[in-house]
Amino acid sequence: MEILHFSFMQRAIAAGLLVAIACSALGVFLVLRRDAMLGHGLAHVTFGGVALGLLLGVSPLMTSLVVAVLAALLLLKLREVAGLHGDTAIGIVSSVGFAMGIVIASISGSFSIELFSYLFGNILAIGPGEVWTSAILATAVMFTVILNYNDLVAITFDRELAKTSGVPVSRLDFILAVLSAVTVVLAMKVVGLLLVAALIVIPAATALQVAASFRMAIAWSCAVGTFSVLGGLLASYYLDIPSAGSIVLLEAVLFAAVWAAARFLKKGG
Amino acid sequence: MSEPDVLFDLVQISFRYGSELILDSVSLKVHRGDFLALLGPNGSGKSTLIRIMLGLQKPDTGLIRIMGRNLSDFTAWDRVGYVPQKVTDLDPLFPASVKEVVAMGILPHKSWPRFLSPGDDSVIDEALDLMEMRRYKNRRIWALSGGQQQRVFIARALASQPEVLVLDEPTAGVDGATQERFYDMLENINREKGVTMILVTHDIGVVTKHVNKVACLNQRLIFHGSHDDFCESDQAITLFGPESHLICHRH
Repeated sequence: MEILHFSFMQRAIAAGLLVAIACSALGVFLVLRRDAMLGHGLAHVTFGGVALGLLLGVSPLMTSLVVAVLAALLLLKLREVAGLHGDTAIGIVSSVGFAMGIVIASISGSFSIELFSYLFGNILAIGPGEVWTSAILATAVMFTVILNYNDLVAITFDRELAKTSGVPVSRLDFILAVLSAVTVVLAMKVVGLLLVAALIVIPAATALQVAASFRMAIAWSCAVGTFSVLGGLLASYYLDIPSAGSIVLLEAVLFAAVWAAARFLKKGG
Repeated sequence: MSEPDVLFDLVQISFRYGSELILDSVSLKVHRGDFLALLGPNGSGKSTLIRIMLGLQKPDTGLIRIMGRNLSDFTAWDRVGYVPQKVTDLDPLFPASVKEVVAMGILPHKSWPRFLSPGDDSVIDEALDLMEMRRYKNRRIWALSGGQQQRVFIARALASQPEVLVLDEPTAGVDGATQERFYDMLENINREKGVTMILVTHDIGVVTKHVNKVACLNQRLIFHGSHDDFCESDQAITLFGPESHLICHRH
């Protein structure tokens, strides 16, 4: 295949698949916890982290990672201590983070083009170092999910029931918040901060239409996510359209097809 | 000094929600082997008391001791099974089988990282057998009726082999015949397995045929004693009207 001869495409596929797997697996937990918009909110905050990195002249990946993790923990505290609803807390923190990004970008005034590449994503511009960073972060996310799998399933199913069974609910909330932050930062180069939530939510929502067990939901979600990244990259290359848009639109088409098929089968049988 | 057969010891528990007083200086002891009905009309604070007992809500004042330990120091949650009121609100998208739900009762008591071992299958089967639900083991939980889901949740609680089972309105939305069979099952588990039961309900009719202790709550604890004493008491008439003597009659 001609497309595979280009090193930039090899890097894009490698990073895209790693990110797709991490986002899709985590997405199943977030969607079932009705925390689907957490990724969207953290992505907005991450914009502030990227702007800060560019202003300070340090790696935007690192500053955005720190800012996203801090924001995820702040969201947890706002829910617990301030008693805010999840979506209200996300609305406040994400708006403040995004506003910080706008102000920092305006003050420096010199990096708006680079900042745009984080907003809309540019998977084809990923360098070898970023592939390695993606590999390390994605592996860390997956290992953490596997090692805490049964506890995460328990708190996703019913938090209070899990708490009265002795599951360390607060610690797992912390783990899930940190994983979400890391995953958002991982995904920002692939589809851009504005579309990160799609990589987390749509494969999981698709899988949940058909999965018979939790494990199958994660497997199906990862299958939808990786297929969309590969298909989206191919479409981007051959049709000359932006890769982020093609990946997310392919996910949306798959969701619509699976949703319709599931409804049809339910009615028929 | 704590008494060894006291599983729950609540001392002077008070709780306000905003300006509304929900619980007013409630003290209650639950002894090993009790089949206790926590009775009271809607809004009497029954569910709040249970949530406070289990550490899900903090009281404004009062002390809670579980199996001789202060609530904050208590860690042996595998000895306490809890079946909440809202199990019928299951998310139909949640892809869990009956077996997976029951397994959730076992897993928290394993060391980290927690995975099922081959021997756990027989524990799950035994818990499902007790609730007569083994044949539904591989069904998705939300595909079952409300009463069946409730039994799966009790199997989940029993799988951890608890010493005490706390059930909050377990038969809400379940038809009369199913309720009767359900309470028979609980009574058997209480007698044969020695599992202490705390049953929250506002339905005096079915419950009083099965329980041996009654606690009546209406913000304050207005009665706590044996089933027979309750039926003879003025509080029964005050709470449930003159027909309470008829309802209380054991068949």
